[in-house]
Amino acid sequence: MARLELSNLHAEVAEGDEKILEGVDLEVESGEIHALMGPNGSGKSTTAKVIAGHPAYEVTEGEVLLHLEDEEFGEDIEIDEDQRTWNLLDLEPNERAALGIFLGFQYPAEIEGVTMTNFLRTALNAKIEEREELFEEEEGEDVEEEDEGFESSPMEGPADEGEVGVAEFQQILQEKMEQLDMDEKFAQRYLNAGFSGGEKKQNEVLQAAILEPSVAVLDEIDSGLDIDRLQDVSEGINALRDEQGTGILQITHYQRILDYVEPDHVHVMLDGQIAKSGGPELAEKLEDKGYDWVREDVYGTA
Amino acid sequence: MSSDQDHLKETDTEARFEFKKEENSAVKSDKGLTEEVIRMISEDKDEPDWMLERRLRALEQYQNMPMPSDWPGMPDLSELDVEEIIPYIRPDVDKREGVDDWTELPDEIKDTFDKLGIPEAEKNALSGVGAQYESEVVYQNMQEQWEEKGVIFCNMDEAVREHPELVKEHFMTTCVPPSDNKFAALHGAVWSGGSFVYVPEDVTVEMPVQAYFRMNSEGMGQFEHTLIIAEEGSEVHYIEGCSAPKYGTHNLHSGGVEVFVGEDAHVQYSTVQNWSKNTFNLNTKRAICEENGTMEWVSGSMGSKVTMLYPCTILKGRGSTDTHITIALAGEGQDIDTGAKVYHNAPDTSSTIESKSISKDGGRTNYRGLVHIADGAENASTAVECDALMFDNESTSDTMPYMEIEESKVDVAHEATVGKIGDEDIFYLQSRGLDDDDAKKMIVAGFIEPITEELPIEYAVELNRLIELEMEGSLG
Repeated sequence: MARLELSNLHAEVAEGDEKILEGVDLEVESGEIHALMGPNGSGKSTTAKVIAGHPAYEVTEGEVLLHLEDEEFGEDIEIDEDQRTWNLLDLEPNERAALGIFLGFQYPAEIEGVTMTNFLRTALNAKIEEREELFEEEEGEDVEEEDEGFESSPMEGPADEGEVGVAEFQQILQEKMEQLDMDEKFAQRYLNAGFSGGEKKQNEVLQAAILEPSVAVLDEIDSGLDIDRLQDVSEGINALRDEQGTGILQITHYQRILDYVEPDHVHVMLDGQIAKSGGPELAEKLEDKGYDWVREDVYGTA
Repeated sequence: MSSDQDHLKETDTEARFEFKKEENSAVKSDKGLTEEVIRMISEDKDEPDWMLERRLRALEQYQNMPMPSDWPGMPDLSELDVEEIIPYIRPDVDKREGVDDWTELPDEIKDTFDKLGIPEAEKNALSGVGAQYESEVVYQNMQEQWEEKGVIFCNMDEAVREHPELVKEHFMTTCVPPSDNKFAALHGAVWSGGSFVYVPEDVTVEMPVQAYFRMNSEGMGQFEHTLIIAEEGSEVHYIEGCSAPKYGTHNLHSGGVEVFVGEDAHVQYSTVQNWSKNTFNLNTKRAICEENGTMEWVSGSMGSKVTMLYPCTILKGRGSTDTHITIALAGEGQDIDTGAKVYHNAPDTSSTIESKSISKDGGRTNYRGLVHIADGAENASTAVECDALMFDNESTSDTMPYMEIEESKVDVAHEATVGKIGDEDIFYLQSRGLDDDDAKKMIVAGFIEPITEELPIEYAVELNRLIELEMEGSLG
C-alpha cells in the first residue's frame, strides 16, 4: 500500500508570481480511483505537474507526502520506519518516479531517434537503480557511482547485474502491448514521434503498466480519443488498478471516461482548491449541471 | 605514459592545450613554409620527382592566394599562423613509422567494446592494444582477401611509389586541384600519409574499408590525403576514424579527400572526427560521380577550435546521386562551420543533405551549404534539411543555405529547424525515472540517430560515447 497526500498545497508559476494552487488537500491510496474534475484554469494540470516535480512551478506552502508500505517493494523487503514517508517536494522528478509516482501527460513529448523499446527499458532500469540508491543512501551504505554513460545509450550492451536485459524486456513489453491492443511495431517506433493523439494516450498507459507506479496521475488521458480507443485506454487504466494495485488520480473534464473507469471518489477543483468531494454520483451531477452550482454551493455566488 | 592516460580523461580544454605545448617545445626548427621544407618532406618520403614538382607548384599557388576573408559569418582565422605551425609537421613526419600513443584509449571505450561483445582481435585492433602485432595480422588477412579481387588499399605515401600511374592521373588533378582554395594548395604542398583505395570494375568490397587499423601503426599526418577510386559497377564503404588526434597534437589539420565514383558505382565515405580543441580543421573533400553513380558522405565533426568543412559532390553523369549526412557539435570557444556542396551538372541527378548540429556552452555551429543546379540539368532534385539543437542561451547556430538554380525543371526543397533542447522533453523523461543528465544524453543520442544508424556499431558507439564525453561537465 502507498498513500499520496497533498496538504494545504500552494504553488505559483516559478517565473512570476501568478498563484495557481491555493491550498489543495487530497489523498490517494493505492487501489483507489479518484477523479479530479473542474473547469479550465482551475489548477488540475498544475496539481499533476507539481506532484511530479515540474520545474515551472514553485511550491510556496504545504506538503506532498508519499507514504509507503512494505509490499510496495516486494514481499521480502522491509522498509525502515524512517523511510516510509517521503516528502516529494525535496526530491528530483526522477526520484519521485523511482518511489512510484507516475504522471500521464496530456501532451507527451515527442523524442525523435529514441525507440520505445530503448526508452522504456532505460526508464525501467533507471527506476530500479534509483530506487536502490534512495534506500541505500539513507542507510549510509556506499552507493556505487553508476554514471558510466551506457545506461542511456541506444547501443547498450548486455544488462548489468540487477538490470532488466533486452530479451527479458522484450517479453514484458510484448505482453503489455497485447493487453492494450497495441500493434507490435510500436516497439520500434520513436517515442511518440508521429503518434496520433490516441496512440500517445495508449502509450502513456503502456508506460504506466511497465513502470508499475504506486500512484498514477493521469492528466486528461481521455482527451481526443474516439470511443474505441477510449475503451482500450480505460481497460488499461482499470488493469493498472486491478492487477498492480495502482492508485489512480484521473484528471478529466468529462463524465465520459468515468463510465469506463469508475471512480471511488470524485473531486471538483475550483480556483486552485478542492471545492467539493463526493462519490461517482458527483460526476454525474456535474455532467448534468456544469460547475456553476458547485461554485454557488461553496461560495454562495454564481 | 601514465600522464597521457590521465590526460585522456581530462575534459578541460585549457589543460589539454598546455600539455601539447610542452610536448612540442623541444622541436623548433625549419620555421616557415619554404621550398626547402617541401623538398625535405619529399626527400624524407623518397618520392619521385613528379610528386615533388606537384608539391612545389602547389606551394607557389598557396603563396599567391589570399586567405579567405569575404565569407559572411566565417569563422575567425586570425589566430591561425601557418608560418608558426609548419615547423610542427617535421616531427610528425619523423614519427610516421610507428606512433603508438594510440594504445592508450580511454577505458570507457574499451569497456564499451567489452559490453558489445566485439571479437577480441577486432577489439584489440580498434582499441589499439598491441597495435604493432595483432592489428597487423587482422589487417594482413583483410588485405589478402582484397588483393585477390584486385582491390588496393594502402598508405598514400606507398601508393605514390607502388601505383604511380593511378596516382599520377588522379592525385589533385581534376577532383581537388591545389588551385581550388588556399588550404587545398597548402595541402598539396605539405600532404603526408593518408589512404589510397582502388576498387576494380564490378567488385564489391563487402565489409567497410577502415582506416583505423593502418593509422595505428603508421601514425596520422596532419595533412593526410585520401584517394578513393571506384571503377564502374564497384561498391565500397570507406570509414575513417579520427578520434585519435584528440589525444595528439595538431594545430592545423588540413586534409584532402578525393573520391572518383565510376558509372553505376557506389561509394560511402564515413568519418568520425574529434580533434583537440586547439586545432584549426580546414579540409577539402570532394567526389566526382559518373553516370548512375552514388556517393554518400556520413560525417561527425567534433572537437577543434575551428572547423571549416564542406564535403562536395559533383554529379557529373546522368542519374547520379548524392547523400550527405553530417553532424556537428560545438562547445565553449568552438566554431564548427560545416555543410555540404553539391553540383548538379547532369539531368536526372538527385541529392539529399541532412545536417544536424548541437551547440552548448556558448559554442557556435553553422550550416553552410551550396546546391548548384546547372542549366540543362533537367529533372534534378535536391532536398536539404538542417536541424540545430542548442543547450543554452549562450550557444548559437546559423544556417546559410545557398541555392543556385539555373534550370527550371527541377525539384528543390529546403527545411531548417532550430531549437533549444526542450525543458518539456527533459521533464517528460525525468518523470519516467531518468535523471537530468541521462535525459539530455538520450535526447542527443536520438537527435544524432540518423548518423549512428549509418555507421558500423563500433563507430556508432564511439560517436555516442564521444558526444557523451563532450557533454559531461556541461550538464547537471
